[in-house]
Amino acid sequence: MVEHRRWNDIVAYLILTLGVLLVVFPVYVALIASTHDAATVVNGNMPMTPGSHTWDNYYRAIFVGGSRASREPVGHMLINSFVMAMGIALGKILISILSAYAVVYFRFPFRQTAFWIIFITLMLPVEVRIYPTYKVIADLKMLDSYAGLILPLIASATGTLLFRQFFMTIPDELLEASRIDGAGPYRFFKDTLLPLSVTTMAALFVIQFIYGWNQYLWPLLITTQDSMQTIVTGIKKMLTTTDELAEWQLAMATAILAMLPPVAVVIFMQRLFVRGLVETEK
Amino acid sequence: MEKTAIFGNKALPYALLLPQLVITLVFFYWPASQAVWQSFLREDAFGLNSDFVGLENYQALFAQPEYYKSMVTTLVFSSLVAALSLAIALLFATQADKNLKAAPVFKVMMIWPYAVAPAVAGVLWLFMFHPTLGTLARPMRVLGFNWNPLLDGNHAMALIVMAAVWKQIAYNFLFFLAGLQSIPRSVLEAGAIDGAGPLRRFWTITFPLLSPTTFFLLVVNVVYVFFDTFGIIDAVTGGGPAGSTTTMVYKVYADGRLGGDLGGSAAQSVVLMVIVIALTAIQFRYVERKVQY
Repeated sequence: MVEHRRWNDIVAYLILTLGVLLVVFPVYVALIASTHDAATVVNGNMPMTPGSHTWDNYYRAIFVGGSRASREPVGHMLINSFVMAMGIALGKILISILSAYAVVYFRFPFRQTAFWIIFITLMLPVEVRIYPTYKVIADLKMLDSYAGLILPLIASATGTLLFRQFFMTIPDELLEASRIDGAGPYRFFKDTLLPLSVTTMAALFVIQFIYGWNQYLWPLLITTQDSMQTIVTGIKKMLTTTDELAEWQLAMATAILAMLPPVAVVIFMQRLFVRGLVETEK
Repeated sequence: MEKTAIFGNKALPYALLLPQLVITLVFFYWPASQAVWQSFLREDAFGLNSDFVGLENYQALFAQPEYYKSMVTTLVFSSLVAALSLAIALLFATQADKNLKAAPVFKVMMIWPYAVAPAVAGVLWLFMFHPTLGTLARPMRVLGFNWNPLLDGNHAMALIVMAAVWKQIAYNFLFFLAGLQSIPRSVLEAGAIDGAGPLRRFWTITFPLLSPTTFFLLVVNVVYVFFDTFGIIDAVTGGGPAGSTTTMVYKVYADGRLGGDLGGSAAQSVVLMVIVIALTAIQFRYVERKVQY
């Protein structure tokens, strides 16, 4: 360090503590609201300490659903979100590690063309082409299906670029050594490349799991049945009734449930998360 | 950069590429080309027939006052979110870059909101600032401030800006911190020896050296505001009140779904595509130059 001044550290601690409070406060309020009964939450004077309805609220949110309007319980939405997030993360890893392997380790006609076809997808997020994509899914009879939720969102280049970049850093000697040992493309992939790629795969998995879990517009469009909704879209529907009827304590319990899995992933796999985030942006 | 050690198979690489190419063609190129084609068509009221109308959808679009309004809204929204989240994140990152014992703890505490879905973030902020039951709306009312984001367009904008900034600080913080840590200590020490205090060192050494990161984040933030904030807007305001929070992306959705105007919606999609391609081009141009500092 250049110099060490005591007041400098104190200022840093003050500002950072303030920042953490700012970041945590909205979630704290939601957490508190999810422990009170409906009347306490709605009267606009909710205490800032936990109430006694925690178990009741979470039980109802997950298994029973709201009482006033015919609201769905969110238990099965959690499962849908999980399937969608896993499908997107694993699907993307699978198709992109294969295509990166082809582009880096083989020479064939139209190699550059294939790479560019994939690369261009970086430029257009799904939001720009929602209705035409919707129509494709409808024509393929994939509305209200996991395939419809997952496939359009794995059509992107981020994974391919990430693996390509990583493969380029692997020394050529490894492939030459494998070839001398008599390994073909399959053996080299399975015994050398895959074990080396574990960290890259894990980093991509973390980023894509969060991306998949947090999708909103796409599931909103292509799911019409309540049984196929994801939790992030479900939470909005809890609030579309008029304000007096919205059960905010259940909505807040749902919000907590909806953010728990991806936030846990960030906190417990912080290294992989940071690595994935920094590398997929390059 | 190319590999010199390669395999000689002829058919295998195509098989390896096949899954990704099929998915990309079916779910990306086909719909994207449909969007372009549809923007030249007009469907009748029943969606049975469509006629080729040339540029009429575009002319109709650019004759709409609401379209210009949505452009202004997008501009205001993205500049506010980008400026605020970058400034706040930079402040926190410079503090976390100091040699504090608790720095790793602060880092985790700062980055987790990245994982909160935009729609969920919107619902959290709506709850805090809800005019009748919001925990923070009540003190505002007591202070004599007539706060109502459900009726007042500026209040609604303020609310979605706060929610969007709250979520984006995490991302900017992470990249600023990485940028700060890559600045060589020796440069800062040299500044200190020359008698520059912490503030002076920040503005004359750190901030200029950080400019590649800042510029990269600026582009990423604008893209974020364009697309990822859809969930926030839909959950908090639904584009209202009176269209005051309808951004360009939200309008594509609203016109196509609620208005049933697929041709107009497709024309808007094409305009957005052009904007995003321009932004991405800027980003790539810049990324190549990133190392030159």
